[in-house]
Amino acid sequence: MTKDRSYASVMGRKNEIMKNALGIDYEKYELSKLSFDYEGLLEDVGYSLEEIIKIQEETAVGHTPLIELKNLSALSRKYAMKGYGGRIFIKDEAANPSGSFKDRRASLAVHQAKKLGYKGVITATSGNYGAAVASQAAKLGLKCIILQECFDSEGVGQPEILEKQRKCEALGAEVIQLSVGPELFYQFLLILEETGYFNASLYSSFGIKGVETLGYEIGKEVFEKFGKYPEAVMITHAGGGNVTGTARGLIEAGAKNTKIIGVSVDLKGLHMASDLDFNKKSFTTGHTGFGIPFSSYPDRSDVPRSAARPLRYMDDYYLVKQGEVFYMTEALAQLEGLERGPAGNTSLTAAFALAREMRDTDILVVQETEYTGAGKHPLAQLSFAKERGIEVKFGNPSDEIPGKNIILPENPEMIGLRPVDMEGLRQSLIKNAVEHRQINEVSELDIFYLMEETKGTYDSVLKTLQELGIPLIN
Amino acid sequence: MEKKIMKGQWVEIEEILLRPEERTGNIPEETKKVPLMMRMKGFLTNDAEVGKRVEIRTLTGRIVSGDLRNASPTYEHGFGKIFIPEMLEIGISLRRLMEDEDDKR
Repeated sequence: MTKDRSYASVMGRKNEIMKNALGIDYEKYELSKLSFDYEGLLEDVGYSLEEIIKIQEETAVGHTPLIELKNLSALSRKYAMKGYGGRIFIKDEAANPSGSFKDRRASLAVHQAKKLGYKGVITATSGNYGAAVASQAAKLGLKCIILQECFDSEGVGQPEILEKQRKCEALGAEVIQLSVGPELFYQFLLILEETGYFNASLYSSFGIKGVETLGYEIGKEVFEKFGKYPEAVMITHAGGGNVTGTARGLIEAGAKNTKIIGVSVDLKGLHMASDLDFNKKSFTTGHTGFGIPFSSYPDRSDVPRSAARPLRYMDDYYLVKQGEVFYMTEALAQLEGLERGPAGNTSLTAAFALAREMRDTDILVVQETEYTGAGKHPLAQLSFAKERGIEVKFGNPSDEIPGKNIILPENPEMIGLRPVDMEGLRQSLIKNAVEHRQINEVSELDIFYLMEETKGTYDSVLKTLQELGIPLIN
Repeated sequence: MEKKIMKGQWVEIEEILLRPEERTGNIPEETKKVPLMMRMKGFLTNDAEVGKRVEIRTLTGRIVSGDLRNASPTYEHGFGKIFIPEMLEIGISLRRLMEDEDDKR
């Protein structure tokens, strides 16, 4: 019997398709209409951190170099008060097989797919995760399909995503390229149903547990070398998995007081599902279009309960401008001899600005780099932007308007830190949680759940709920 | 006349997945008024000309239909077609800043 392929019908079969494609029954983690057992979901991955490290070692994932950026630290110190200007380190995740930290996320998911006997893996991503899944699938002998949102209605592809397609195909994956729109998820469900492959979701517990080794390596190595944990770890933030996994790994390593700092590129004003805005963005991930909505409503992802829940871990969240990240990309190449891609350079940009406010003995770790090259390089992106009428100039990056111009800082001192209102984000998480789950009242258990979800206090959660008119029922 | 593409050649197809009226309600107007399109590659299952309805066999062995877009597709992305003098300037000015730093030591 041929199943109905209409949009409504396929979306209606979502839960059934997902269950078959993940081998996880999410219902068993539900604790109430609102709350679920997050730690239980993650524990059921069934591997200890040591076992995960071993699994990753089998495919040469992890144990990447931690490099001190002495020249960039010195440059930052030029603009700091005496005794200030922290030491900036970078974890060179580009050294992973497919060129980014995403190999850590993919390794466990693909390992699990193989173990459960799936013939292939599928994921929907326009990011490095596609190449990571393709790489792991190649190594484990599984078939691989990647769905990408790639081009606008004129058929023009974003150069960075075109490169990611090439990379996936180079690693043997079948790539399905789609035009702009959230209905990519519809096509994703159809292909899962058609092939019976495993959903190697970025947001499954496997996708998150795999990143814990990254935070763990940083915590351990810094402690061994310097007798203390880093004061801050800077994490480029989009869907929340990078923040979540890294923070959990740091805690596992004993780094309980390390500040977890998320960083995104400021693309405010550009709509993520807009066919017209699509190619006005010079960054395809690590930006506010993902970072803000995925913080305040993690369950918008492609699994029933996302294992990426950044507000549980994030202490601060800063925005940087496109022009600043291009500038810092060039600075990393010219002063440190490291030509790397946009993802890690986003958090590096904020690290450069934050270092000035930290003591010169403090350690800041930028926890990833990614490979670069055709399509990803600033020259490719800036040329593409100019072709589309976006002005590129030197000036004050704070004046940058996404989609209109890209403002490169006139000097390094102009690179700024723009804090996101964390309290506002926490309140919107609570608001979204009760709205999406149609909650009219909460129990004590729900309050404790929301405290964990927001790193908040009992009183702050209760106050937000009261403002929303949701009573506590004992 | 369009040149015939032979069966078995590596080609790219294009297909409308959702017509504008079939798209989800929750998207901006400019996206809603255009179809959701797909492009993908595979081996052509029968001889055909560009623009014709065809079927391909993909790398995972699926049969997918669409309009034949081109044969023997290559990768065309690179490092951009417009010279970006600003990037050159950043490197030069940063190195100068660091040299000033060295002079002070």
